[in-house]
Amino acid sequence: MTPLAGYLLVAALLFSIGLAGALTRRNAILVLIGIELMLNAANLNLIAFWRYGPHPEALTGMMFAIFSIAVAAAEAAVGLGLVIQIHRHAHTTDLDQMNRMKG
Amino acid sequence: MSFVFYVLAALTVAGGLAAMLLKNTVHCALALTVAFAGLALLFLELDAQFAGFAQILVYIGAVAILVVFAILLTRGSETPKDGVFSHTWLAGLAVAAAVFAVLGWAVLQAAPLLPGASPAPVVTVQQIGDALMGRYVLPLEIAGVLLTAAMIGAVIVALHEKEGPK
Repeated sequence: MTPLAGYLLVAALLFSIGLAGALTRRNAILVLIGIELMLNAANLNLIAFWRYGPHPEALTGMMFAIFSIAVAAAEAAVGLGLVIQIHRHAHTTDLDQMNRMKG
Repeated sequence: MSFVFYVLAALTVAGGLAAMLLKNTVHCALALTVAFAGLALLFLELDAQFAGFAQILVYIGAVAILVVFAILLTRGSETPKDGVFSHTWLAGLAVAAAVFAVLGWAVLQAAPLLPGASPAPVVTVQQIGDALMGRYVLPLEIAGVLLTAAMIGAVIVALHEKEGPK
């Protein structure tokens, strides 16, 4: 097995773990954590393809990963702000209890 | 495939699994930090020093701290009585397993065609800075605007206190 295939398999496993967590956990913060894990797995793919691709000196994959990290930071800040506001409003972060759209 | 890769991969996957399986939410956040650190070390192993250190600064330094703050502000560390998993956990697990099966099958099918080991690319921080200020200057500006807007938006969303009786 080539090194690239190993990195891709680790990224696929991490993505699936994050997806399973995002789909099964009840706490909204842990759903956000699962989404962060999925984003990080995608970043690992980008860096691995950059490293073993034909033109690493073009820096394309590296730049993609760096911008992806910046966007993920913005996403985490807004998401956690929303969770805090929902907790203030509904006094829970349990997603199973958030079953109505009316305020 | 080096020994270091297997150790780092096991560390990362174990951190991710613990973050999704532990009952106490604070323990989950700490396990998440382990997974982020493992990923940063995998980036370093891939000769992407800049991305590895950016990962440490942004994820371990900022996102993990933000998650811990959110957990403590929402008192999320109290374990709920009726379990930590949603009642549709079986469907979610099946979807995730199906996704992993498809991804793993695709990678293993393509494995003989993937490029093999190559000499490490020499990338200096100056090259990255030149690229960010040259070819990628527009995405950089947009990322800056996005981060500013997201930070102001997050503060406004989390600050807003509704008047009236509780």
